Amino acid sequence: MKWSQNKGNTVAILINETTRIIVQGFTGKIGTFHAQDMINYGSNVVGGITPGKGGQQHLGLPVFNTVKEAVQQVGAEASIIFVPPAFAADSIMEAADAGIKYCVAITDGIPTQDMMTVKNFLRRFPEKERMILTGPNCAGTISPGRAMLGIMPGHIYMQGHVGIVGRSGTLGYEAADQMKALGIGISTSVGIGGDPINGSSHRDILKIFEEDSETRIVLMIGEIGGPQEVEAGIFAKENMGKPLIAYIAGLTAPEGRRMGHAGAIISSAGESAAEKVAILRDLGVTICPTPAAMGTTVAEVLGRLA
Amino acid sequence: MDIHEYQAKEILAEYGVKIAEGGLAYSPEEAVQRAREIGGNIWVVKAQIHSGARGKAGGIKICRTHDEVKAAAEELLGKKLVTHQTGPAGKVCSRVYVEAGTDIAKELYLCFLLDRSHERIVMVGSAQGGMEIEKLAETNPEAIKKIYIEPAVGLQDFQARKMAFALGLETAQLNQAVKTIKGCYRALRDLDANMLEINPLVTTSNGELIALDAKMGFDDNALFRRHKIAELRDKTQVDPREVAAAEHGLSYIGLDGDIGCMINGAGLAMATMDMIQLAGGEPANFLDVGGGASAERTEKAFRLVLADKGVKAMLVNIFAGINRCDWIAEGVVHAVKNIDMKIPLIVRLSGTNVKEGRRIIAESGLPIIMAETLAEAAEKAVQARNEMVAKQGEHSGNSN
Repeated sequence: MKWSQNKGNTVAILINETTRIIVQGFTGKIGTFHAQDMINYGSNVVGGITPGKGGQQHLGLPVFNTVKEAVQQVGAEASIIFVPPAFAADSIMEAADAGIKYCVAITDGIPTQDMMTVKNFLRRFPEKERMILTGPNCAGTISPGRAMLGIMPGHIYMQGHVGIVGRSGTLGYEAADQMKALGIGISTSVGIGGDPINGSSHRDILKIFEEDSETRIVLMIGEIGGPQEVEAGIFAKENMGKPLIAYIAGLTAPEGRRMGHAGAIISSAGESAAEKVAILRDLGVTICPTPAAMGTTVAEVLGRLA
Repeated sequence: MDIHEYQAKEILAEYGVKIAEGGLAYSPEEAVQRAREIGGNIWVVKAQIHSGARGKAGGIKICRTHDEVKAAAEELLGKKLVTHQTGPAGKVCSRVYVEAGTDIAKELYLCFLLDRSHERIVMVGSAQGGMEIEKLAETNPEAIKKIYIEPAVGLQDFQARKMAFALGLETAQLNQAVKTIKGCYRALRDLDANMLEINPLVTTSNGELIALDAKMGFDDNALFRRHKIAELRDKTQVDPREVAAAEHGLSYIGLDGDIGCMINGAGLAMATMDMIQLAGGEPANFLDVGGGASAERTEKAFRLVLADKGVKAMLVNIFAGINRCDWIAEGVVHAVKNIDMKIPLIVRLSGTNVKEGRRIIAESGLPIIMAETLAEAAEKAVQARNEMVAKQGEHSGNSN
């Protein structure tokens, strides 16, 4: 789905330099800091939402009471959420209801049952009209050189043709940094977050990368816990023409212990790093043997394509 | 967050699930008192620890006299129980639950948990209760019934009946079964639990359905709106270092190795630990300092890692995004000066303001080993650890 294609001169998935972005939780400390950072990067931020502060100006941009008003008055297409955990699920559903096409939820700590409600709410929309959600508990999405809808340090990402999808923020930075050091650029990097239930899975993002003309290969950065990496591997084997590379973090993680992320816990068979790696390898996915080899593995696979 | 069996049973009883009569005791005398109150001539004394498989570890005692109840409580209270779920460190039993003996006709299994693939709650049941469900899933998967629950409408009566029949219950037990199954689901949903397991759920010889054990786990992210559940937390069941870490907003998990770690971000932390292992070392801990690693937090994190006396070297790996490397570097220098570190410290900084950060550490004059890449950081940490171990070996050799 390339809904942003019709407006921009360049093609990038999910967001590009013309995508009209709003910030939910705009006037708070965190929302303000990152809104400014996104504007500095060149993202087309057109306003924000703080219920009760509609009509005010913030960072030189209009504040709205509701997402619907922002869609109607400034043509908001994408949204980023910095709302506290107790209210974040509600904000996500408000964005979907208002007709936002793509939403990034940064908020960490949303209750699992709230996310089940959100997913259920989103499924009620016909697929073509359904908002794409990534996160929560993620660093956001960046199409280097075009737009940033997230909290990452934009300068470590070089523009290019490798798609990245990952659960972790800083480990994603590590990958981008290793690639930059080798002169390898990124088409789009998508953080799907470390929670047990998230808006988009690895597989959902692979589908988008497979259709993206800017992306030639994809690096998936996974971790222990949950079925998503294996599901993505099965999808890649059956549906992808582009090479898929994967790194799975957590070789040293003991069973039954939550490793920081709410979703990073080995709770059933097939969820340990070693098991996931074995299954992915069998599915034909190229495995990064170590987290220090993400850049070099990508370089090798790119080299084979050339 | 996990709670004890007796706490889960109290909750379930409120939701209409039948449990055996029982009471909590902190001393052998209290245990006997509970047995007297319950009456009858057979009791079960059960160690209250946050772990399954207590029976095999000797944590469940069947008693036929008050003296036996007293002896069982004396044995269990203060004892460290090691099960395959607690790890080798085990968990201390500081309270026992005394329960009336139940005349068991049949043992069943019932569980509710989050299925991440389907993004909904799944109800799992089996007519073959008592044994470990993981083993049953391997040897006889047909004996396990799974029913998915639509979150918007919740568990329906027909689903509860379907499960009751799958459990092999008789028509006369159907009403109580539906009440029990729906009660469990409501408890899970109302209280933001992400796991509820009754193993075994038993039928008695006079046809009653009783939850003989109960285990509940709660969503940590939802505790802000479940104050009564949050109060059930038993800190004695958690590693004290994890409790201390949580108080400072840090995420810490103690492990068996001897290379201490301080990293920002859970994914990078796991990856760095992997890298240590690949370089031939073993991490002593998982520690995510999170986004805002202030000087104060950095020092807290250092103290936490170094409180583990087995740590032979410490590795700091920070990829600064929102953070800036110069701030982190100042925090590290400050912490090292305050703490008087006796083991080698390896620091790898990357990201925003990295040059400035490295300069601050270089100019501090402290014996900090710098690394530029993840691989180099892990290798240097393992090397420093090995040198430290060799030096300590020499040292103890001299003193002999």
